[in-house]
Amino acid sequence: MDAPARLAPGEIPAIAAEALDCGYEGRLVLRDITFSVAPGEIFFVIGGSGCGKSTLLRHLIGLQEPRRGRVSFHGEPFAAADTAGRRELLRTFGVLFQGGALWSSLTLRENVALPLEEYTPLSRRERGELAALKLAQVGLQGFEDYYPAEISGGMRKRAGLARALALDPAVVFFDEPSAGLDPVTSRSLDDLIRQVRDTFGTTIVVVSHELASIFALADRAIMLAREEQGIIAAGPPAALLESSDPRVRAFLTRTAPA
Amino acid sequence: MPDAPALPAAATVRTEVVAERGVVTVGGGWQISQSPPVWPGLPPGTVGVRLVAEALGRWDSSLPLFLAGVRRECRAAGLPCDDAELPPRLRDLLAQFEAAQARGAPADRADSFLTAVGLATREVAVQARAILDFVGECALSAVRLARSPRRFRWADCAAEMQQCGAMALPIVSLISFLVGVTLAYTGAIVLRQFGGDIWIADLVGLSMVREMGAVMTAVVLAGRTGAAYAATLGNMKANEEIDALATLGIPPVQFLVLPRLLALALMMPVLALYANALGILGGLVIAYAVLAIPPTAFWVELLTIIDLSDVASGVIKAVAFGLIVGLAGCLRGLQAERSADGVGRATTSAVVTALLLLVIADALFAVLFDVLGI
Repeated sequence: MDAPARLAPGEIPAIAAEALDCGYEGRLVLRDITFSVAPGEIFFVIGGSGCGKSTLLRHLIGLQEPRRGRVSFHGEPFAAADTAGRRELLRTFGVLFQGGALWSSLTLRENVALPLEEYTPLSRRERGELAALKLAQVGLQGFEDYYPAEISGGMRKRAGLARALALDPAVVFFDEPSAGLDPVTSRSLDDLIRQVRDTFGTTIVVVSHELASIFALADRAIMLAREEQGIIAAGPPAALLESSDPRVRAFLTRTAPA
Repeated sequence: MPDAPALPAAATVRTEVVAERGVVTVGGGWQISQSPPVWPGLPPGTVGVRLVAEALGRWDSSLPLFLAGVRRECRAAGLPCDDAELPPRLRDLLAQFEAAQARGAPADRADSFLTAVGLATREVAVQARAILDFVGECALSAVRLARSPRRFRWADCAAEMQQCGAMALPIVSLISFLVGVTLAYTGAIVLRQFGGDIWIADLVGLSMVREMGAVMTAVVLAGRTGAAYAATLGNMKANEEIDALATLGIPPVQFLVLPRLLALALMMPVLALYANALGILGGLVIAYAVLAIPPTAFWVELLTIIDLSDVASGVIKAVAFGLIVGLAGCLRGLQAERSADGVGRATTSAVVTALLLLVIADALFAVLFDVLGI
């Protein structure tokens, strides 16, 4: 099943996956995945455990080569790009990994400043100042010189978001942003995601099975299923509630399937 | 704010003076990956500065970064800087940027030499106490297990014995043989001058059996097994496996540490004896090849100088060294911080601690054996 895009006529999607086959050595996890995400959209990839959400994410962000098909960012195919082109594409998106994935030997400021060091001509002082701004934007002012081991899990996630936003990316990917967080912290992270989109027009792709976040944030979502190895429903969350597939309704209403 | 791949117009900065006030006008597209335009600085004779945006395209964090620099210069020159004409979102971000520059660091972070010395001194006392606590805890656990040996994890102990014993044979063989060769060569230079070639057997034999066999094996195992213990236990701590044991009421020392300690305490003397044999073999080969001493003569001389007390002293040391290597590895592993970096530091610290304690213990043994006349 292909996911209809919410694109204006003639608009180039921020992300487009075309006939994507995803998998690992000898094991196909998802087949023929096609969808596109409009610029400025908050797009959710949902589904039960083991359906391939994280696998799809790894293929979208280039950590895994697709078996077939292609992923494009703003019309630029990722796989076809040469090393310099790929580096330029990597600069346009940020990723918040499930546990924050902060580098433990660096302070929060150094973690956020590293992408700036790699991709910008800024001086050391300027990088430090920008990193402080990004950390303040995610509510971590005053923690710039702390190491990841010295802060809580929720704070690590926020710091990971600050690092993902360091280069003002056009697209930010979130892998299970609510995992392991209490409801209040989870809600504040949701607010932060919305704020990032509303303030900067950033395109957001979230892999999650957190119902509260899906209904609070998603403009559109696709649902994956292990049986079909593909997309079984696509559209705004309210429309998915009316889906003809009982598995989709069961997932979104947290009821056991009949 | 985010930039689509299409390149925007280049960033521009214009500075002019209107009624003695400097006007800094920014425009065009601002991208963080591009170098910002060169700004010559505040015009001389100005009494204030106005920040203005004109024909501003897409911009990102590089613009507030640049404007914050202009404002910093104004502050340094004691001039007022008016940003009221900037777009509200840019003004907000500029204010946020300046507010974000207040620094914060944990209270226990050393920010002066004296603080660093104080913290390091306190850390020495804390570490000494931790080692004593850990040794005490291991002893108590060993006593408890001796009362009910069924609870001891014999299978784990056997697996560890294979890891630290049989699997270490190749490296122990190589190093011991080469130590024997080195001792024989070094001794040969001196002994040949006095016509005492045959005493090469005494030199190599006594050195290996009383000292080098146990010490070299302990050094190899500190790097090989002690470091592995620290890395394994450190990772287990990071994965909350140690916490899981504690919540089940199983003391981590009993479950994880004692099998490893016993494995090392049993295998170290065996490996040390093996190292003695290989070292003597190395000396014998050099004695024959370089000094033309027949192996039988070497062997007979060896038996006249080495007695059982020499071998026993080496074995006793090896047991103690095994316990030291195991204790250092397990202690540092259990003390590791819950991060990849913490595990790395624990591994290094395990080896350093083991080597330090080995040298101290070896010196103490030398004094003790001298007093006892062994």
